[in-house]
Formats: sequence, C-alpha cells, structure tokens
Amino acid sequence: MNKSIAETQEEYYRGVRMVPYDLLKELVLALVGVGVLTVGLAVIFSSPDVPPVTIAAWAQNDPADFVTTATGELAGATTSAGYGNPYNTNGPGQAWGPIAPQKWFGTRIPIDSASTFVIQPLQRASLGNADLGTAVTAWQAAKPDQQTTWLDAYTKALAGATVKDGKVSVAAGDYGPLPVMMSSLLGVAQSGGLDGLLVINGRFYQTDYTQALVFMGDGGYLAGLAAQAKLTGSQWGMMNETGSYPGQTWLWLYTMWYQVFPFNSSSGMIGLNAGNADLGIIILMTVLTGALALVPLIPILRDIPRWLPIHRLIWRSYYASKRTTA
Amino acid sequence: MDATKPLIAPAPVSDKPQSWTLRVRQMIDRGLPIDHLLPDRQPYYVGSWVYVFGVVTIAALAWVIVSGVVLSFMGPQWWHDSGVGRFFNSLHYWSVQLFFIFMVLHLWGQYFMAGWRHGRAATWMIGVVIFGISILTAFTGYLSQQNFDAQFIALNAKDAMNGAGIGAFFNVLNFGQMYGLHVMLLPIGVTFLVVVHIVMVRMRGVVKPIDAEGTAR
Repeated sequence: MNKSIAETQEEYYRGVRMVPYDLLKELVLALVGVGVLTVGLAVIFSSPDVPPVTIAAWAQNDPADFVTTATGELAGATTSAGYGNPYNTNGPGQAWGPIAPQKWFGTRIPIDSASTFVIQPLQRASLGNADLGTAVTAWQAAKPDQQTTWLDAYTKALAGATVKDGKVSVAAGDYGPLPVMMSSLLGVAQSGGLDGLLVINGRFYQTDYTQALVFMGDGGYLAGLAAQAKLTGSQWGMMNETGSYPGQTWLWLYTMWYQVFPFNSSSGMIGLNAGNADLGIIILMTVLTGALALVPLIPILRDIPRWLPIHRLIWRSYYASKRTTA
Repeated sequence: MDATKPLIAPAPVSDKPQSWTLRVRQMIDRGLPIDHLLPDRQPYYVGSWVYVFGVVTIAALAWVIVSGVVLSFMGPQWWHDSGVGRFFNSLHYWSVQLFFIFMVLHLWGQYFMAGWRHGRAATWMIGVVIFGISILTAFTGYLSQQNFDAQFIALNAKDAMNGAGIGAFFNVLNFGQMYGLHVMLLPIGVTFLVVVHIVMVRMRGVVKPIDAEGTAR
C-alpha cells in the first residue's frame, strides 16, 4: 500500500531537529505589518487619477487634428481604417509565417471607420439641420472618384488650416460637401455629442468604449498627451503610468522586447520585425512563461540554484552546523 | 438477551468504505492532518528571512481583496468623486504593488532554494500560474480605472491582443468586460490557486536545504 503524504512528511523530516513555530501568530503579524505599510503608502502617496480625455476635449483643444483625423477616416487613411481583424478586413493583420491568429478569428468587433466615426454620427446630427442633411446626401450620392478628388484636395488644404474660435478654416477650393460635414462633426464633437453617439450606439446602458477609443487612437491628440506622460510603446509605455508612480513594473520583461532587436527593426530576422512585434512578443512571452513553470523539469535551469551559492546564504546556519558536525 | 451485545452491529471494517463522505474525510486525514495544516513545529533550518516572503505575499493579497471588495461594492465611479473612495483606491493600489514585490521576492527565493525538489514540482508550477493570473488581474485593474491611464494602456494593449488573435475575445477597450473579469473571475482564480498552493506546501512541508552532495532536482 502506498504511503500517505502525511506519513511521507513524517518520514521526510525523520532525524531533522524540529523547533517551536507559531504559524497563526506569524500570519497575524504579517497582516498587521503589511496593513500598516499599505496605509502609510496610501496616506503619503495616494494613487494616480488623471481624468480621461474626451472626444469633446480633443475637438476643443486641437480642432485641426480632429478634422484631419475625421477626414482621414472618410479617406480610409487612418490606422483603424486599414487595421484588419478584429475590426475589418482592410489590412492583413500580423502574421509570422503560417501563424496568423489575427486573421483566423475573423471580424468579431466590426468597425467601418468612415461610416462609424463620420457618416452615422452626421446622419443622426442632421435631424433638424437641413444643410447638413443635404451635404451628407450629396456625399453619399457622389461617385467614389469624385469623393477621392474632394478628399485629396481637402486633406492637402488641412495642412495649412487655421483655427479661430474653435473653428477650422482652409483655403478656398472645391471640396464638395466636406467643409459643411466636417464643420458640423466638429461642432457635435465640441459639444460632447460625439462622445455619447459613439458609446450609446443604439442602446441605453453601455459599458463598451471600443469605438470612442479607437477613434481617439486614430488622432494625434491623445497620443501626444501619452507621449508627454511617457506612456507610448517606445517609452516602455505598458508598464508606466502618469505621474511618478511605479506602474505595472511586473511587465518589464514584456515591454523590454519592444525596445530591442528584432522587434524594433523594420527588417528584423527570421520573419520577426517591428511589423509583427506584438505577435512575436506574445509568442515569446508564452514560451518563457511556460519555461518558468517547467523549470523543475528543464536541465541546467533546474541545476543553477545548486551551482550558485545563494542557497548557502539562505541556509547559512544549516551549513554552518553541518561543518561543525563534520 | 445478552446485555453486553450492541443493539446495532458495527459496520464491517474496510480499507475502502462505501460512504463518499467517509472516503473524503479519510483522504483529508491522510493528506492533510490538522497538525500539518496548522503546525506548531518546523525544521530548525527554516530560519531565513526568505521564508517570510510567502506569508507577507498572502498578507498583501488579503489587503488587496479587502480594499477591492469595498471598491467593487461602492461601484467603479465612487473613488473618482470621493476622498474616502480615493483612499480605498490608494489602499488597493499600494497593496497590489506590495503583493507583486513580495511575490517576486518569494519566487526568486524559491528558485534559489530549488523549492520544487522532493516531489514539490506541482507546487512550483501552480505558483507560476498564480503569478501569471495575478499579472492579468492587475492588467484588467489598470484597464478598469476609468482614467487617462486606462485609456492609453487600453489603446496600447489592443494591438498586442489583436496581433495575437486574443483581442477577438478579450477586448481591452470594452470596460464592462475588463471590469467583470477584474472584480470577479480573475480574483476567484488567484484566490483559489493560492489556497491550493498553500495546501500543497502544508501537505509536503518545507523542502530541505540543498546538500553539497545532493541535487537541485
């Protein structure tokens, strides 16, 4: 009959000198000690809470960037417009050889950037606004070539746009209905209406901010604030946070890979580069985490503790007594 | 009638009783008797400060849970508008920071002690899984903050999640999904596995020192 684990433990410790120990006292002392430390840190340092950026704040503080981004959505020139899955099929997504999970799972969170971020909000805003309704209808009735011509001209003009009293002006030109549409969208956004339109999405209760965040991510305003706060990916962003707080320091290994070859290189090696860095790094971290879990079974990794004398520091009294006995 | 005879005959003695309850009780008695669960003696070599990292990690987790329960009861908006709420958020924030510091120290300590030896590999592996789920729990916590950090971390993280195909099911831009995972499923996972981890440590006891002639396996 096999021995029980309890019997095995008795046998394991046979001949080992046992000393008094109070587990519950140790636990209570730890709870009190860590509690005092936590309360002290909370009182002295509080915690970070920089208010979120709204689309209204973006449109008010950087209207030119807002209009440029919205025009880019119509032109299909933004990040989200050409993203690929899970938002749309306009981009190939990341792949490493035959490994292409971004493609495998399809378009599960559909986003048509032009329709979602510009046309649909304008259609809702055109209720009671005949000029806007006419402009949107004219845009939708125009042939794609004509739309492209208007967009190219308007995009070029936006490079020299001026902003006065929160309104964006461009040099005179043939932009079709775009100036009316963009001026209206900017007005809706500045009033806070677009924040609501992109979140509510036909429902009353809502907890999904995907559309609003993707739209803000296409612009330069939020990214600019993030760069100032050292939150972007090239600044080890995932583990940082606003202010002088420690952030998610436990993500250091994950964020480190984005800063080193081949993941920071456009050419890279063995098919891994900056273009598929996210996929490559997730695969790498999965392998490393698996290796950490399997350390007890991996030669060399499991032998390092025996080779390094750190255990002799940890159990120095044990080894000292062994030397004395010898 | 013989008064010395019992009225009810004793159940036949068997190694494998029919009662499920009795079987479970015997299994617990054999695997984790109460003096192993709550020991009052330990091997004399358990004298290093390295052994403290495990218990302080549990203590920090307890504070994470207590502060988290208060925050989740009051709702995700409370701590942005209330001084008391901000204090509880700060408790939650710093107890999480301490939890990770202690857990990493515990992990490194156990690595250099080769704590997986003598049949303890599963305990090590579950510890690594706890570390991984804890990172996911903290990550969803950062995404649930409803502030600027949450916004940009979500935008940053979405590309990693989408690139790996995970984003199709785990949408970091969906506050409701992240909040639900953060306050319910992931904490249950961490707590359950920590209990299993502790039970496994208590069942087998503390590993012996690495002998000069021994192996780290």
